[in-house]
Amino acid sequence: MNTATTHDAHHEEHQGGLLRWVFTTNHKDIGTLYLLFALLMFIVGGAMAMIIRAELFQPGLQFVDPQFFNSMTTMHALVMIFGAVMPAFVGLANWLIPMMIGAPDMALPRMNNWSFWILPFAFTMLLSTLFMEGGGPAGGWTLYPPLVLQTGNAFPFVIFSIHLMGISSIMGAINVIVTIVNMRAPGMTLMKMPLFVWTWLITAYLLIAVMPVLAGAVTMLLTDRFFDTSFFNAAGGGDPVMFQHIFWFFGHPEVYILILPAFGIVSQIIPTFARKPLFGYSSMVYATASIAFLSFIVWAHHMFTVGMPLAGELFFMYATMLIAVPTGVKVFNWVSTMWKGAMTFETPMLFAVGFVVMFTIGGFSGLMLAIAPVDFQYHDTYFVVAHFHYVLVTGAVFAIMGATYYWLPKWTGHMYDERLGKLHFWLSAIFVNILFFPQHFLGLAGMPRRIPDYSIQFTEFNQISSIGGFAFGLTQLLFVYIVIKTIRGGARATDRVWEGAHGLEWTLPSPPPYHSFQTAPEIK
Amino acid sequence: MWVEKAKRVLTALAGAASMLGGTTASAEYGLNLHRGVTPISHEAYDLHMLIFWVCVAIGVVVFGAMFISIIRHRKSRGHQPAQFHESTTVEIIWTTIPFLILVGMAIPATKALVAMEDTRNSDLSIKVTGYQWKWGYDYIDSGVSFISSLATPRDQIENTAEKGEHYLLEVDKPLVVPVNKKVRLLITSNDVIHAWWVPQLGMKKDAIPGFVNEMWFRIDTEGTYRGQCAELCGKDHGFMPIVVVAKNEQDYNQWLAAQKAASDADAAAAGRDWSKAELMARGEKVYKANCAACHQAGGTGVPGAFPALKGSAVATGPKADHLKLVMNGRPGTAMAAFGGQLNDIEIAAVVTYERNAWGNDTGDMVQPSEVKAAR
Repeated sequence: MNTATTHDAHHEEHQGGLLRWVFTTNHKDIGTLYLLFALLMFIVGGAMAMIIRAELFQPGLQFVDPQFFNSMTTMHALVMIFGAVMPAFVGLANWLIPMMIGAPDMALPRMNNWSFWILPFAFTMLLSTLFMEGGGPAGGWTLYPPLVLQTGNAFPFVIFSIHLMGISSIMGAINVIVTIVNMRAPGMTLMKMPLFVWTWLITAYLLIAVMPVLAGAVTMLLTDRFFDTSFFNAAGGGDPVMFQHIFWFFGHPEVYILILPAFGIVSQIIPTFARKPLFGYSSMVYATASIAFLSFIVWAHHMFTVGMPLAGELFFMYATMLIAVPTGVKVFNWVSTMWKGAMTFETPMLFAVGFVVMFTIGGFSGLMLAIAPVDFQYHDTYFVVAHFHYVLVTGAVFAIMGATYYWLPKWTGHMYDERLGKLHFWLSAIFVNILFFPQHFLGLAGMPRRIPDYSIQFTEFNQISSIGGFAFGLTQLLFVYIVIKTIRGGARATDRVWEGAHGLEWTLPSPPPYHSFQTAPEIK
Repeated sequence: MWVEKAKRVLTALAGAASMLGGTTASAEYGLNLHRGVTPISHEAYDLHMLIFWVCVAIGVVVFGAMFISIIRHRKSRGHQPAQFHESTTVEIIWTTIPFLILVGMAIPATKALVAMEDTRNSDLSIKVTGYQWKWGYDYIDSGVSFISSLATPRDQIENTAEKGEHYLLEVDKPLVVPVNKKVRLLITSNDVIHAWWVPQLGMKKDAIPGFVNEMWFRIDTEGTYRGQCAELCGKDHGFMPIVVVAKNEQDYNQWLAAQKAASDADAAAAGRDWSKAELMARGEKVYKANCAACHQAGGTGVPGAFPALKGSAVATGPKADHLKLVMNGRPGTAMAAFGGQLNDIEIAAVVTYERNAWGNDTGDMVQPSEVKAAR
């Protein structure tokens, strides 16, 4: 810590003003940029969700035409997945990995700058398609041909923006891997790394494995549309289902890319507030690795209804059910970490406990969806919508918010307002359930997803869900307020911040010096 | 109005509460999966309930332990933290037990799946074709075929009229099948991917252009069963319902005979010359069912997405080009080739209608015989 402070005094040569942020190669600056960008996209994607819920408040067409509705569901997904959740995790990785492994910065700082600055251009391009002739992409974020080929002028811009997001993710992932493999402090063996670092290492490998697959799939769409190839055109000897296989070979690991870092976050938070070491550290690492491996052999469970041979359906059903085992191990380990601890429930802990409960509910519906003969009923209904929002909103997003409250005092040197933080949690937790729980019922009762209008039997639950949605959306403005307020000031945070916190990042001052560890700390 | 709505919301909530309480009010409020009317749907329902209760049981154990811990093991109660953090034995136990539960669920699931995929020995085959945004049905054994599209009037969708009981789940011509017969569907698509789904029949299958998928059902109760397209297929994905009417064998045969008679009558009438009034009347119906979704009832289209017909170069230009476009479609767009979907009379009528409605007063007519010649 001492070395870091003295170093700080003579080597703080970043530029002032806006250009500091354009040219920065510092992991903390880039982490901040990523996190603020993710927050902005969370609001943009959230506004789209509000439009969707407003249209679905009543049967009949009220506010938007069906084509625009479809582009809202499509863009909401693309913005939330690629613009909010993934950049938020990369932002956390940037801030935390060097501090957690005892490194001064990320291994490849210039590439780090580039991988962030691609994103604003990618999303400006993606969002601008909403104003193009023929409207934005409206074929669903899964981009299934032949429907996606009917997109208007927006089509090539959507494809190119996805290419850019992919390039950014791959560079981010390379940086994470190189940093973790090369820059750990002496004595920090792999099996001593904090779980957040472990889950990110595995996530980074997943990213490098599957982002090129997505890039290949969308490039084939591009050539089918403009260069007369027939990869996915049955009339030319191609196969529209092949796109789905390629897409989901990317898409299933992608959903673990969206959740593994969340597992890491929760595994950091719970031991701190239970004042007890994480239960089953090594089984957590092995479970994460097993989930990552299984994620490559389950993709076709997203497509049980395309007409696969029986043997294929059975294989993908069994493999998918198997994922419940390592996921269960994780949940049991978290509960055992809490068991016989001395718990306090500050805001980060509330979000972590909320994560464990509600992510598990999403896990249960996931297990139900794995059963192919019943999936024929659930598939493409609101039951699926409810399922993936439980794992993505109360899973990934809750973990990101918990992480923000947990490390924000370390980043800014200020404590957030605990009363407001708790209020934010409770309002979020209540409204998110009002928003998504009724969608289980809608799906079971037979409401398909991605429809702008519905038969009158679905009215009540859609109204409940919309009210929950508006309230959940408004509540997030409170989160924005709390974060801004904490950045601007507040009670001074101590170095350790939390009584039960362990790990190298808590040995640094709050806020930490510009370059985290100039001299590597000793790990015993 | 609002009071009544609030009441309905409250009833629904009460239903939800009672379901969680374990009573069986669920069916009434549409909270749970339909038990359905086919052996497949019954099996799916039973499996669904089995896995639901398994999840509830696991949930009770896990969340129970967690909440006991949350209540008892808090610092504010002076609880001292234990320091245990590893136990290979319990890790093995909670890897093995879930695995065994999964095996227990996989066995009935496998049996059900094998039965569902067995489309052999069917009594009747019907080809189902998805179009943007309607369904086509061909009774392969008897030669009857027709298009089935949304029957809900536009003004109900636009909230200018009271919504009917089967809002968005009603069609002009339902699929009619006999009860207690194994009906095999051969499902394909003409444009993009759709999915054919009627919840009460327990199965959905994608309709994929260039490929033929199979599914089967055997309905055990006469009645009307409603569903919708389940795979996003463009603008009017939410407006292509499916209605299946299951009749007893006698009624079914009567219906089939009537369909045959009607198509024979059309075939005979295609030979004669039609008056303009006849063509316009028939044309308006065909236009509403097949064209109005994109080109709009007033022929105005949607700027940027779907071209207007009112005053358009095609609808007021040479007749032969107009006819050709309707019959062959425009590849790469949502404009389908209607030559394969509509018969000679319907095409003649709709082209005549488009050339004379909304001030497109070209004054000319297309006779069914001209369509036949153009095929």
